[in-house]
Amino acid sequence: MFGFGILSGLLVLPLVGAAFVLTLRGDDEAARSNARWAALATTIVTFLLSLAAWGRFDTGSASFQLVESHAWLAETIRFKLGVDGFSMPFILLTTFLMPFCILASWESITHRVKEYFVAFLVLETTMIGVFEALDLVLFYLFFEAGLIPMFLIIGIWGGKRRIYASFKFFLYTLLGSVLMLLAIMAMYWAAGTTDIPTLLTFKFASNLQTWLWLAFFASFAVKMPMWPVHTWLPDAHVEAPTAGSVILAGILLKMGGYGFIRVSLPMFPDASVYFAPMVFALSVVAIIYTSLVALVQEDMKKLIAYSSVAHMGFVTMGLFSMNPQGIQGAMFQMVSHGLVSGALFLCVGVVYDRMHTREIKAYGGLVNRMPLYAVAFMIFTMANVGLPGTSGFIGEFLSLMGAFRANTWVSFFAATGVILSAAYALLLYRRVVFGVLDKPSLQDITDLNRREMITFAPLILLVIYYGVQPGPILDAFAAPTDLLMKSYEAALATVKTASLAAY
Amino acid sequence: MYYAIVFLPLVGFLIAGLFGRFIGSRPSELVTTVLLLIAAALSWVAFIQVGFGSGATRVQVAQWMSVGSLNVDWALRIDTLTAMMLVVVNTVSALVHLYSIGYMHEDPHRPRFFAYLSLFTFAMLMLVTADNLVQMFFGWEGVGLASYLLIGFWYQKESANAAAMKAFIVNRVGDFGFLLGIFTLFVLFGGVTFDQIFPRVAEFEAAKFHFLGIEWHALTIACLLLFMGAMGKSAQFLLHTWLPDAMEGPTPVSALIHAATMVTAGVFMVARLSPVFEYAPAALTVVTVIGGITAFFAATVGLVQNDIKRVIAYSTCSQLGYMFVALGVGAYSAGVFHLFTHAFFKALLFLGAGSVIHAMHHEQDMRNMGALRKYIPFTTAMMAIGTLALTGFPFTAGYYSKDAIIEAAFAARSSAGNFAFLATVIAAFMTSFYSWRLFFMTFEGSARWEAHASGHVDGSHEGAEHDAAGHDATHAHAHDDHGHGHGPLIPHESPLVMLLPLLVLAIGAVIAGFVFQSAFIGHDYEHFWKGALFTGPQNKILEEMHHLPGWVPLLPTIMMILGFLLSVYMYIVDKKKPAQLAADHPILYRFLLNKWYFDEIYDAIFVRPTFWLGRLLWRGGDQRIIDGLGPDGISARVLDVTRGVVRVQSGYLYHYAFAMLIGVAALVTYYLFKGAH
Repeated sequence: MFGFGILSGLLVLPLVGAAFVLTLRGDDEAARSNARWAALATTIVTFLLSLAAWGRFDTGSASFQLVESHAWLAETIRFKLGVDGFSMPFILLTTFLMPFCILASWESITHRVKEYFVAFLVLETTMIGVFEALDLVLFYLFFEAGLIPMFLIIGIWGGKRRIYASFKFFLYTLLGSVLMLLAIMAMYWAAGTTDIPTLLTFKFASNLQTWLWLAFFASFAVKMPMWPVHTWLPDAHVEAPTAGSVILAGILLKMGGYGFIRVSLPMFPDASVYFAPMVFALSVVAIIYTSLVALVQEDMKKLIAYSSVAHMGFVTMGLFSMNPQGIQGAMFQMVSHGLVSGALFLCVGVVYDRMHTREIKAYGGLVNRMPLYAVAFMIFTMANVGLPGTSGFIGEFLSLMGAFRANTWVSFFAATGVILSAAYALLLYRRVVFGVLDKPSLQDITDLNRREMITFAPLILLVIYYGVQPGPILDAFAAPTDLLMKSYEAALATVKTASLAAY
Repeated sequence: MYYAIVFLPLVGFLIAGLFGRFIGSRPSELVTTVLLLIAAALSWVAFIQVGFGSGATRVQVAQWMSVGSLNVDWALRIDTLTAMMLVVVNTVSALVHLYSIGYMHEDPHRPRFFAYLSLFTFAMLMLVTADNLVQMFFGWEGVGLASYLLIGFWYQKESANAAAMKAFIVNRVGDFGFLLGIFTLFVLFGGVTFDQIFPRVAEFEAAKFHFLGIEWHALTIACLLLFMGAMGKSAQFLLHTWLPDAMEGPTPVSALIHAATMVTAGVFMVARLSPVFEYAPAALTVVTVIGGITAFFAATVGLVQNDIKRVIAYSTCSQLGYMFVALGVGAYSAGVFHLFTHAFFKALLFLGAGSVIHAMHHEQDMRNMGALRKYIPFTTAMMAIGTLALTGFPFTAGYYSKDAIIEAAFAARSSAGNFAFLATVIAAFMTSFYSWRLFFMTFEGSARWEAHASGHVDGSHEGAEHDAAGHDATHAHAHDDHGHGHGPLIPHESPLVMLLPLLVLAIGAVIAGFVFQSAFIGHDYEHFWKGALFTGPQNKILEEMHHLPGWVPLLPTIMMILGFLLSVYMYIVDKKKPAQLAADHPILYRFLLNKWYFDEIYDAIFVRPTFWLGRLLWRGGDQRIIDGLGPDGISARVLDVTRGVVRVQSGYLYHYAFAMLIGVAALVTYYLFKGAH
């Protein structure tokens, strides 16, 4: 059928849904309800389609699969899509989280409902596009395009300081992107193509690698976010609506890590080795610094946002440890964090919808009236802390182990994050959920309703299932990690012989 | 069968946890208790089969993860050590389940309570059946979670919430070491499974390992890091602060988790890893010294506590120190034997204390007790048996296991061993004293609760202890602020469902010693353990324990008698003496009463600076420096520049003309100079 395959289908489907929502007339309750249902149906169909793609995907192979290529800007810049073990889980994560975002916005969004869902569906297309693109220009396009709907979501449906937050978000991420565009042009001049599979085998000159690495790093580090360019995240999270926070923490942050594994590590191996100590240092600082900051937060969302930065520190640390445990652990950590932090923001959303405040002080003793909520929140808190048996443990454990093999100092300091994360997560839980329910405003608070239970149940099951059986995801990462390690060793070997020859 | 032993408690947890709301309290209690009783019965079968029959097996359950060279399975490793732990865990857990039916009968959240108990049991079973370090860590953290949930079971109590958090976080400090230890062993051996590690330890006897820029003896650093985990879980000196606070939980929990099973996980871990520790003599020395210090330190604090549960908690802490002393000097079996017997008599003491608390309507302060012997005779008798076993009265359980440890410390003939010998002997004296002090204050003397029968207080007397400057134990006039009426208080004996577990444990406390002595540490040693505990060829400690000077084996018994006599003198004969002593030595008394001020010190050097640093980094680092120089700063500068530009655009023609002139002049100058070169 015109040579378009299942991956194009994943890109087009949300757009079709968005177009349908746009055609709805009127702004009465019926139209709003239609918009909600249409958005929900679209995201669910997209998820099912991504499952079909997963079914056709062969985890044993390290090569790109389901590839489709169409003429686009030039013969060397094509509209090329494909997935490998690194990207497939993220596509599933994206399509899996989207229906929950729609559900979380069911009642809390009351104005410009149609536009809101259109923004979300367009956002879904761009996110899937980032993970599917096999051409750097296309990658850049999706990477940047995702900014616009997110900017709008924060700026229009956000909280009190939404304008400040959305501009901060936009400026930070745009600044990094400009450098990335320059780097892509430089790569085109050097290699004559922007085709990712070709670039993966192309050997860039060593000094060029350094500059290219730095340019990409500027963009990915902001997206991650790494310390010290993380301050946009807490503000963006605090002001974003619940579903926006879920997507921000669940998917958008993963683009930085995905960029590292797709571009920086395999294309610039020499520079990656050269800069690894710096990345380690920044990761460790991020883990300890942001954990400490999380400890003293008074706003629930800010606390979780800071904890996200700390968890992303584990990711960068694992990726640059350059061994299978580190890399697969970091990748797993990203998937797990997508589920867990997304769920935690949903938890905050539940009480925010009822009380319209995120102040920790405004709560206390919720367990008395909300036992189901307390259970869900407890499970996600424990996953956030990295308790074995939840998915959070696998990523944290493996990335720490990888880092330990690379450098014991890094692992030692990063492991203090294990203590600190327990401190801030349990402190939050204790202040919000435990204790006596004596605040008059909370006397009539209601427990989870059916929609919320449907939202949480699959997340709980997955968080525990992947904690006990991480195989399905870890195995997907295994083949491309092997390939990456082999090309790495080859690259390093040539560097070594070169340096030996120089003497 | 092993599947049933390990997974029945999980089934119980799921039933009570998921459906407890629908099926009600009584069915939840029954389901979990019956499942545990079955598991306990099967454990004894397994114990006899493995210990006195066929030997070890391994049951593969599923794969957990496989990454690069790292392979981790869910598997059950059953050898004598595991089988013994299965017996301890499931027996005590089943009895505690049974006991809790009576103890918790007024609580509205019983399904949740029983679900937690079963969850704990499952996690503990995963820990002791682990065949690799990561699964052990799973169980390790799992029991930590269950402990956290159970300490904070009464979530409306602020003190319980604080204690639960403290327990979890202090344990995490230990886990930090445990994790790094796992990594070290993984780097050395290329695997985390015991079968990959144990046969090859000797190859690495001289291996070096770079950790934090220092070159260490590889096995020593690995063992030290792992021992850090053990210190956290087993509440050893420096990481002990969470255990006394953990008494905020319901008393059955204290008996199960904070006396018999979870806190002995550290001992189990060192015993399990004996093939590695055996090649790390320096690490073993550390284990001995820490064990000795803990045994002594905890006993001193136990001397002056007034809360009945806290006395037993410090006693537990001290006895765990004994176990580590045994492990440290290489007498692994003696340590494990004490673990085994201790589980019985310490669970007995805690459940007995629970019975007392139940009788006194949740009064825990011994200063408000006394003369209870007449009212609750059965409990009194059981407590007496527990106390005899703990203090090492001849032919009770403690007599065999505790004395063996003291002898082993002497037989080690090293400086660490001598230190530990001294510490444990003195601690034996103090143990006897505080145990009998507890007994006399609770069951003998005058009925001090009659004086203020309305003194019904929920929970412990945490606050009272800190301000108890001049009051000693026998002063019964401390609390006049709790005077909300509860009718006249008549202590009553507990129901049968609570007394039965006491009886079973009491039988264990009496006979566990001489029944199993020869198997654990006697002639049947080889035959019984079948290599589950490893001792190197140079390790002859069990042999040497039989060739000690005659006074050494007698010394613990003498200490026990002296402690008993002193206690009789101070609490029966001359009742003014304790108060007088406390008044004469106020500094020492307050030092002990406030547990050597550990909580205050930790608060000052860890907790408060951490929060201070967090606030500094947030307000100063993030908001002032990063945002100030970054986005906010830039936007402010942009605004400044714009304002400047606005001012220049004045609208007057001569301003523009003047600016143009200056520009032209500048250009001309530039070209002139350029041309000149």
